[in-house]
Amino acid sequence: MEKDIILKVENISKQYRLGKVGTGTLSHDLNRWWHEIRGKENPYLKIGDTNDRSTKGTSEYVWAIKDISFEVKRGEVLGIIGKNGAGKSTLLKILSKVTAPTTGSIKSRGRIASLLEVGTGFNGEMTGRENIFLNGAILGMTKKEISSKLNEIIEFSGCERYIDTPVKRYSSGMTVRLAFAVAAFLEPEILVIDEVLAVGDAEFQKKAIGKMQDISKGEGRTVLFVSHNMAAVKSLCTRGIVLEYGKVVFEGSIDNCMQKYLENENSTAHRIWEKANVKIPKADFIQLIEVKVLDKKGQVSLNHSIFEDITIEFTYEILKKGELFTHGFNLFNVENIHILSSHDKESETLKKPLLEGIYKKAVVIPGNLLAEGSYSCSFAIMRYNPFHVEFHELEVVSFNIIDEVSTNTVRGNYSGGFPGIVRPLLNWK
Amino acid sequence: MDSKNTNDWLFEITPKNKFLSLNFKEIWQYRDLLMLFVKRDIVTVYKQTVLGPLWYLIQPLFTAITFTIVFNNMAGIETGTIPPFLFNLAGITVWNYFTACLNGTSDTFKANAGIFGKVYFPRIITPLSVVFSNLLKFGIQFIIFISFYIFYYLKGYDLSFSAYVIFFPFLIAIMGILGLGLGMLISSMVTKYRDFSYLVGFGIQLLMYLSAVMYPMQLIKAKLPEYGWIVEFNPLAYIIETARFLLLGIGEISILGLVYTFAITMLVFFIGVLVFNKTEKSFIDTV
Repeated sequence: MEKDIILKVENISKQYRLGKVGTGTLSHDLNRWWHEIRGKENPYLKIGDTNDRSTKGTSEYVWAIKDISFEVKRGEVLGIIGKNGAGKSTLLKILSKVTAPTTGSIKSRGRIASLLEVGTGFNGEMTGRENIFLNGAILGMTKKEISSKLNEIIEFSGCERYIDTPVKRYSSGMTVRLAFAVAAFLEPEILVIDEVLAVGDAEFQKKAIGKMQDISKGEGRTVLFVSHNMAAVKSLCTRGIVLEYGKVVFEGSIDNCMQKYLENENSTAHRIWEKANVKIPKADFIQLIEVKVLDKKGQVSLNHSIFEDITIEFTYEILKKGELFTHGFNLFNVENIHILSSHDKESETLKKPLLEGIYKKAVVIPGNLLAEGSYSCSFAIMRYNPFHVEFHELEVVSFNIIDEVSTNTVRGNYSGGFPGIVRPLLNWK
Repeated sequence: MDSKNTNDWLFEITPKNKFLSLNFKEIWQYRDLLMLFVKRDIVTVYKQTVLGPLWYLIQPLFTAITFTIVFNNMAGIETGTIPPFLFNLAGITVWNYFTACLNGTSDTFKANAGIFGKVYFPRIITPLSVVFSNLLKFGIQFIIFISFYIFYYLKGYDLSFSAYVIFFPFLIAIMGILGLGLGMLISSMVTKYRDFSYLVGFGIQLLMYLSAVMYPMQLIKAKLPEYGWIVEFNPLAYIIETARFLLLGIGEISILGLVYTFAITMLVFFIGVLVFNKTEKSFIDTV
């Protein structure tokens, strides 16, 4: 039983120092070094905030991840999910030996190869073929191993025609295909994958997911998979862990993990960007201040009945008068599928510039349009003539739609499963 | 039960550094990567230039010409029976190998942050590849030196190399190791304090004047007796002086100086590896 565990992560923590490197860091370095030579513990390990980027912390040090422990069995595909900044990438970086943990240890019974963003080390001046060798070697393959798989790699990438052309002439999609192909033919016992599927067309994504299923199921390889693509996570992984602010908040079957992840999203029906916060979504003349999801009574609410209208209210500040612009937003479901996009195409702000000050803009999503589930909303400020996006902030707020058996809903009295990405009330004649 | 099982873990990732964890087995496993990096460096360095590898030749030749005009014709530094141009070219060729190694390795972490941030491989492969690929550049420049050597010989100059010239490759190896060690040391410090990268820029310039590149070592001892010790403490000066002795039969060879140079080189290399290994574990957080 114990033998089945291929990877054991024990109390891994990683501390980062915020702010600039300057003379202040030198004094901390000297102090740390002085403690070290006397055999004492690093004095800065005792302090540090949890990693919540939206609140302003009190300490210069944060724990990107804190006391993470889990085990992975041989042949398991473990999904690691969490919001941006939950510590997923830090964890993978530690697993792939890119950076060392501050405390804790990881024990492994197999070689770990990582695929953190494909195309690492691609050299634009070199041809596709040369880059296969270079990239393969960077990922830990020997020249002999690569040579024996060269034809398969080229075939899988679908770039036969360009294989002797310098990679700088490739489209970004082709580069990703080639890079993924190299990585897919790696043969480590443990494969670490992060956000690989973000690029590439639908056909290639399907191929990539298929290949990863083969790797994990057919070849019995152990895979750690991190992605925002919930559909991919769901189809690949059997078990998962959910990270929140650098801690494991849930561990279990992938379905339960996704459920837990959705609940996590619930905290963001109302967001305020404080002035001191450096990550305010802004352009030179405008900045976002507050976004609320409101129900029909005008109250901030996370959960909305499927047949009720939802109002999303954006509050922003004009920093410089005299600019013509408009608003837009996108809506994504929990699997990060882009449900819809809307521009405020007849906005007054396109005709008459606003003076400095604080303004509100609201958009109403009608009831009986979206399907049950969780949604994440983005907000953008754009200019027309020529079209230019000033900023586009993802995940500004989110909300849940709850279906119910009612005469007001699309499902009516039917209580079984109801498929489809949208659930509009249509006219049957 | 537990203690028995801990033995069969393949490896362990921990925050603690071993004192000197240069893993030769691992470097050997990645030897193909080393060769591919060397190939990449050589193939891509002069892409999209018209003169291509000719740049390898232009730079030392023009430097040697300038030095000859400034230091020999104007300042009147005597080089005995050796043509001043050949004297300078010998010094510059050897010196260039050192600067190329130092320059190429001193920004290892900064220049490779992108790739180091995504995959693991023994980081030392990168500076090693710089030292090896510069060896080729040195080879080309050395051929130019030989050509001029033959040219002057045929013109009737009295040229003779020392019988110890077979030790010349060792001298170059020491030069490479010193450049590598110093480069690794600096590259580690640059990750946190960028001040060092500025230091390297003009530091190399100044160091050249202290390394007996364009003058014989006795000259400074004779002309500036109170400052001569600075040059005598510079291990690079011994390497260049010895190289000239081996190639041109000019100058002096100091066994004590060479032993001193070798000791300093090993010390610098050792500290370089130590600091480099410590840095590679977490540099990505500070770079």
